[in-house]
Amino acid sequence: MPENTAHPGVPGVPHIEFRDVVKKFGDNTVLDDLNFTVTKGERVTLIGPSGSGKTTILRLVMTLEELTGGYIDIAGNPLQYEEQGGKRVRIPDKRRRRTTTDIGMVFQHFNLFPNMTVMENIIEAPVNVMGLKKAEAEAKAETLLDKVGMGWKKDARPSELSGGQQQRIAIARALAMDPEILLLDEVTSALDPELVGEVLAVLKDIAAETDISMLIVTHEMQFAREVSDRVMMFDKGSVIEEGLPDKIFSEPENQRTQDFLRAVL
Amino acid sequence: MDGVIGFLQDLGPNLQLVLDRMPLILDGLQVTLLTTVLGALLALVIAFVFGLAQLSKVMIVRGVARVFVEFFRGTSLVVQLFWLAFVLPQLPYPLGFRLEPLLVGVLALGLNYGAYAAEVVRGSIGSVPKGQFEAISALSLSPARGMFRVVIPQAWALMIPSLSNLWIQLLKGSAIVSTVLLYDIFFQVEQLRDRTGTWFAYSFALLAYYLIAWLIVILMNGLEIRAKHQIGRGPALRTAWRSLFQAPGTTPSGGRTARVVRDRSVAASGTPMGGGLA
Repeated sequence: MPENTAHPGVPGVPHIEFRDVVKKFGDNTVLDDLNFTVTKGERVTLIGPSGSGKTTILRLVMTLEELTGGYIDIAGNPLQYEEQGGKRVRIPDKRRRRTTTDIGMVFQHFNLFPNMTVMENIIEAPVNVMGLKKAEAEAKAETLLDKVGMGWKKDARPSELSGGQQQRIAIARALAMDPEILLLDEVTSALDPELVGEVLAVLKDIAAETDISMLIVTHEMQFAREVSDRVMMFDKGSVIEEGLPDKIFSEPENQRTQDFLRAVL
Repeated sequence: MDGVIGFLQDLGPNLQLVLDRMPLILDGLQVTLLTTVLGALLALVIAFVFGLAQLSKVMIVRGVARVFVEFFRGTSLVVQLFWLAFVLPQLPYPLGFRLEPLLVGVLALGLNYGAYAAEVVRGSIGSVPKGQFEAISALSLSPARGMFRVVIPQAWALMIPSLSNLWIQLLKGSAIVSTVLLYDIFFQVEQLRDRTGTWFAYSFALLAYYLIAWLIVILMNGLEIRAKHQIGRGPALRTAWRSLFQAPGTTPSGGRTARVVRDRSVAASGTPMGGGLA
């Protein structure tokens, strides 16, 4: 495993761009006028106390949540809304799905399909969304399963596997769509402590071997430090401090960042 | 001729009468089974169509489905049956037409119980974990594809116990089709009653319905075990055939039926046993 898997990213090319993003759940404002960009190939980790809106950001990029205000662009294309003649226009679901085809997400609770085998889980989207032939999709899936060390379980069902195994398969399933952006939402939080390592090891490999842009929410600060190019500290829906991981973790400037890190490290 | 004494005294002759009438009773049984099976199939189709329509994004589709379900759930089965049998033929041309009695029975049972089952379908789909819908979105699968490949197979396992209940109610409800000139088992029992008296005839009818209901329970238990196995909950049907005769998911004194696996190679080849999604 490489000592430092940090990836510099391609400066200046915005891959994910949040512009004046507002997200409310009822009267509760979770994100208030948020602006940031992730450049192509960059790995950005979001940290902060729970309820600070980190997961909401990932869910907005995956279109699992509807934007209340503002815009999100993916590689220059509007994701949920676009500006047309000064008006904010909702983008239809079909067009949204064309954009999200390039985005993969790994969930806290894996969310594998229990009615399918491991192999079926992985090839479902490549065959039906990307239009791959079944044999092609299977060959690709086998390569990915070997990469996450789960090739020997391709005919098993999710219920027969441990949490760590299920999560590694969920990672393979996301990668099978050749995503340009990968969203990792607290992917080790639901795992027994002894299973966290195997999942993080797989993710570190992927970070080192690919140039997929990543937006990561995690409580594994050591992992964040190793794979991230940039760390953003969130509190109450806005970025209160951001910078290189070494800087944020070693000498945070903001008082709230200091308090948060003292509590979790 | 009636009363317990009479029942016992006339048991021999009455049984002889049943044997003599067996061809007619079997005809009645056939009609009951036919209306019960065809009615259930129609109910299942209606349940899925209107259960799914109630989850549509289009408000009009949702609204129409809602009104349909509430109408057939909220009006009496007997009234529906009589309406189809006696009012429909009187409607002015081209609306009015006379249906075969069997079709009237199947239609009334299918519409009425289908409306109840539509609620079961809707509820079960709502019970599939939210994460499954999110994974469908995250893989950019179309909602229709996700519904049929991921959500319905999981909801199916959840809805079977309720559908099983409804099917048994449909069986029992089918006894009223004799009122629209369908010669079902209940009609034949009524004929029998003229000769044997109420004690014998209705006791015979109870037994007949009980036996048919039992067949339905066994069939539905089998479907439930299979559906649960397919989503990774519980053993395969071939290793758990014993649980056909008890409600799936219950643990009898002998422990989980999966322990009955005799053939170790079956277990070792990766057949999931018990457990669950945890």
